[in-house]
Amino acid sequence: MNWPQTMLGAAGPHARGVESLWWLFFWVTTAVYVLVLIAAVLATVRRNRPVDPQDPAASRRAGVAIASATGVSLVLLFILLISSVRTGRYSIQGLADPSHINIKVTAQQWWWNVEYESTIASQRVRTANEIHIPVGRPVLLKLQSTDVIHSLWVPNLAGKKDLIPGQEAAFWIQADREGVYRGQCAEFCGHQHAHMALLVIAEDSGKYAMWLESQRRPAADPPDEMAKRGRDVFLSAPCVMCHSIRGTGAGGRTAPDLTHLASRLTLAAGTIPNTPGHLAGWITDAQGIKPGTRMPTIGINGEDLQALLKYLQTLK
Amino acid sequence: MATTRDLDVSGLPNFAFGNRTLLWWATVCLMIIEGMVFAISIVTYVYLRGRQPEWPPNLSAPGLFWGTVNTMIMLASAVPNQITKKYAEKLQLGPTRLWLAVCLLFAAAFLVVRILEYGALNTRWDTNAYGSIVWVLLSLHTVHLLTDFVDSVVLEAVLFYKPTSKRFVDVSENAAYWYFVVLSWIPIYVVIYFGPYLL
Amino acid sequence: MPADAASPAAIYDDRAVLEETWRPPAGLMGVLSAVNHKLVARRFVVTTMVFFLLGGLLALLMRWQLRRPENTFIGPDLYNQLFTMHGSTMMFLFAVPIMQALGLYVVPLMIGTRNIALPRLNAFGYWVFLVGGVFLYVSFLLNMGPDAGWFNYVPLSGPEFSPGHRIDTWAQLVNFTEIAALVGGIELIVTIFKLRAPGMSLNRLPLFCWAQLITSFMVIFAMPAVMMASNFLALDRLVATHFFNPAEGGDAILWQHLFWFFGHPEVYIIFIPALGIVSSIVETFTRRPVVGYTAMVLSLVSTGFIGFGLWVHHMFATPIPQMGQSFFTAASMMIAIPSGVQIFCWIATIWLGRPQWKTPFLFVLGFIAIFVLGGLTGVMLASVPLDLQVHDTFFVVAHFHYVLIGGAVFPLMGGLHYWFPKMTGRMLHETLGRWTFTLLFIGFNVTFFPMHLLGIHGMPRRVYTYVPDTGWGPMNALATAGAMIIGFSVLLFLVNAAWALRRGALAGHNPWGAATLEWATSSPPPAYNFHPLPVVEGRSPLWDRSADAPSVIGIRSDCREVLVTRVLDAEPDHKVEMPAPSIWPFVSAMCLGGMFVATLFTPWGFVVGAVVATIPVIIWFWPKESDHAGRAYRHDRSNERAA
Repeated sequence: MNWPQTMLGAAGPHARGVESLWWLFFWVTTAVYVLVLIAAVLATVRRNRPVDPQDPAASRRAGVAIASATGVSLVLLFILLISSVRTGRYSIQGLADPSHINIKVTAQQWWWNVEYESTIASQRVRTANEIHIPVGRPVLLKLQSTDVIHSLWVPNLAGKKDLIPGQEAAFWIQADREGVYRGQCAEFCGHQHAHMALLVIAEDSGKYAMWLESQRRPAADPPDEMAKRGRDVFLSAPCVMCHSIRGTGAGGRTAPDLTHLASRLTLAAGTIPNTPGHLAGWITDAQGIKPGTRMPTIGINGEDLQALLKYLQTLK
Repeated sequence: MATTRDLDVSGLPNFAFGNRTLLWWATVCLMIIEGMVFAISIVTYVYLRGRQPEWPPNLSAPGLFWGTVNTMIMLASAVPNQITKKYAEKLQLGPTRLWLAVCLLFAAAFLVVRILEYGALNTRWDTNAYGSIVWVLLSLHTVHLLTDFVDSVVLEAVLFYKPTSKRFVDVSENAAYWYFVVLSWIPIYVVIYFGPYLL
Repeated sequence: MPADAASPAAIYDDRAVLEETWRPPAGLMGVLSAVNHKLVARRFVVTTMVFFLLGGLLALLMRWQLRRPENTFIGPDLYNQLFTMHGSTMMFLFAVPIMQALGLYVVPLMIGTRNIALPRLNAFGYWVFLVGGVFLYVSFLLNMGPDAGWFNYVPLSGPEFSPGHRIDTWAQLVNFTEIAALVGGIELIVTIFKLRAPGMSLNRLPLFCWAQLITSFMVIFAMPAVMMASNFLALDRLVATHFFNPAEGGDAILWQHLFWFFGHPEVYIIFIPALGIVSSIVETFTRRPVVGYTAMVLSLVSTGFIGFGLWVHHMFATPIPQMGQSFFTAASMMIAIPSGVQIFCWIATIWLGRPQWKTPFLFVLGFIAIFVLGGLTGVMLASVPLDLQVHDTFFVVAHFHYVLIGGAVFPLMGGLHYWFPKMTGRMLHETLGRWTFTLLFIGFNVTFFPMHLLGIHGMPRRVYTYVPDTGWGPMNALATAGAMIIGFSVLLFLVNAAWALRRGALAGHNPWGAATLEWATSSPPPAYNFHPLPVVEGRSPLWDRSADAPSVIGIRSDCREVLVTRVLDAEPDHKVEMPAPSIWPFVSAMCLGGMFVATLFTPWGFVVGAVVATIPVIIWFWPKESDHAGRAYRHDRSNERAA
């Protein structure tokens, strides 16, 4: 079975540490469980019982057995405790590395705002619901929330971290092989908590650099009439109140940045794939796909809609 | 049929004082519950203080005068309280009624001063989290002052209406609860009035 | 103190007069004014079982929605209300109250006394509970039910992100149920400490009563925290305080600390009474006392203590310092030891005794199989790195259902089958009972075992649907099928109970041949429980009883007199008169209920409501003729004393 979002498919050092710990715990606890079950079954079905159920000698022997079992349990728990603390120290603490990348992730109901920081303004990138990282390099995520508590969780790479309004949290991840890793908000955050996924896309450093470069560029000019008409539709519609497209006048900050919308794999925080059909559906009936989402139903149709779609697809 | 080993309890009294009674244990449970309420509120105060650089944030600390006056009144009320308890345990109706009435006078006094204390807090409950916790701390204790007062009024009335031996036990337990209300005020007083200086 | 033995009209040790004195009043007035612990507790048990059924129905609806990806049976708004109502119902309206209710029925019988310590307060507690539960469900039906989870994290549940009254309903529900729980806790502590039969020193107290005692202490220490939390939230929402508002100095994590400081002990408050039920059943159905009485008591006590030191393990994903987290990992693992000791003691008892394969015992075996698995996944969750992966996933849902259903519901079902004959005078059908067990065991595992896998493979909690690519469909379908089996097994139990009430075999005093005092009187017991009151000679009173076992004599039959004994050694100390039935606890509870409901809409509701509610409370305590029951007060006033 192919599990796209699992803690047992570790693709990074944090998740790998936890996966090994998992198997240690699994085997120890399974062994204990089996032994307890066997003891309980034998106790119930055995024959040759003492005539006096309260026979003192037998009770004393039972006492010794109980004490021994308790002692063994204590030792096993200790082993598990030490392993856990060591794994925690190893895999959870920072992989502090001067070459690390800084990415600010802000959660809001019900999507992820992703910003690649830079001291040079023109090199900053703002995207949504997708985080690209180079393979093998540590990444520092600075986590914030603007509304309620959310939780960032990409099991193949690491355990989760809560994003709490009023507090910034630092969170390290690293991928050791290429792949697309799915994650999801893991703290109930209201209506559409169920549809707040994200993708972490790990690529080799060459591909990552290319991606970052192209994301840094402002939106391409529309190549043909239809696309130009589409841009006009966008700029005159309510879209600009929330969305931004660098290189046009649109500068809304409360919704995802659309400058490179067409480069993303999904829409609506992982709810639907990013295809023209789904995009059309999302624009015209967001409430039908993700009821309660902050995006209202936009009444654009017919040729205007086709033009808009054409334009949006040029935003690679 | 009764055997010679049967336990004959017909000679036992039908009321008692202190930790021999059901009411005493129930009152202790109540004190634990209320004590936890106060403790949690104080912990909340300290926790919220730890999240702020300045305390109180952008406000002046509560004025000390009325709070200190009230503390004095409450501590002084321990005297008539103890006397009332003593007479109740001796089953002396007249002195019990008298000294319970004296307690009531003290209670009226500290309720009036409590109103003045609210005015001296220098904050509203909805100003910020500091205001909220200070008002809650003071109000939780005020609720206890009120219930203690009402309890005592009702008891005094009953002592006139139908004084039976059981009522003396009630007066004794009421005195214990009174001590709790006064003693629990002390840490709250320290936190509300001196928290800004100590923490 | 001269005793009233000198009074010429006093009547002692007369069964016919006792019947008359303790007889509960009839009709509607009788129902509303009852103070007999058995009447109140039976009502309490039935009410909590109704809430269990309602909570279960909500779960079946949730499971039906989740059975396949992108299902449209239930939308997000209703689903969020469903899981909030399910959690709140099970935790506040079922699990804690039913354990208390069972205790309120069994404990006075098991310690050999006539009634609970504070009978009117007990009735008050039940009525407050009932009003609270009805209030919650009426609100839900009026589209005003809570929808931010039973744990209501801020800021989601605060005024900005949850406008309207839904969350306020939850906050007031907590006030109702916590008052009822605190009342129950006080009752059980005072009863167990002061009303035990002579000879039942503390080291002869049955393990069931130890469990109830320790739980009751946990209740009075833990419940205030959730009352404070929910009232802080209500204040934030109603009068603009800022406890949880980060913009004005408040803190979202403060909520979590306050809630979980209660929330973790809460699960032990549910679990420890169940351990007491297991001990009772194991003793009776292996024909010997549980091995290691002292170890068992110390295990219960240490579980109770350690339970207060675990709460941060619900918060490992928040930005609290990692240094402290290791402490909570250690405590969360160590609490497995006292539970383990108890499991080992029970297995040893079964090993040495003579097991009887009756339904209650089957439920104990089911408890061992299911609870131990849940306890072990709990050890996994105690580890911070592991927890950070499976926290807030279906792995946790699996864990807590294994420990709560395995650790509390299975023993409870065993306890209900065990004490049903005592409460009703009839035996449940044994074969139906075995089928109930078998189907519940199978259905439970089919439902919840797959959830471990779902959590490991990425499925978070509290989601109303999921996309197909995640691969979670088949496991969810399996879980839903299991839930249907659970529903069916519960139905079987109801059929069994309904059948048995009319057609069950008559039980007699002691159908199981058990050792504890509740089996020394008829089934159901008379209103006065025992005549004569017993004297206890050992830890297993009915098995240790000598041929010329003494009883208590000299208790008045013409008024509701009860013997108060000393805490440690249960030596007789004095006697008290228990109050007669009264309508005022009911009226007070209704007024208190009105106060809480009014507060939903205006803060003045609290003030006005409090003033109004004070009146029936004062009348309740005001001495009146009707406070006394029995012919002593109709014909003779010599019991009154004035200086």
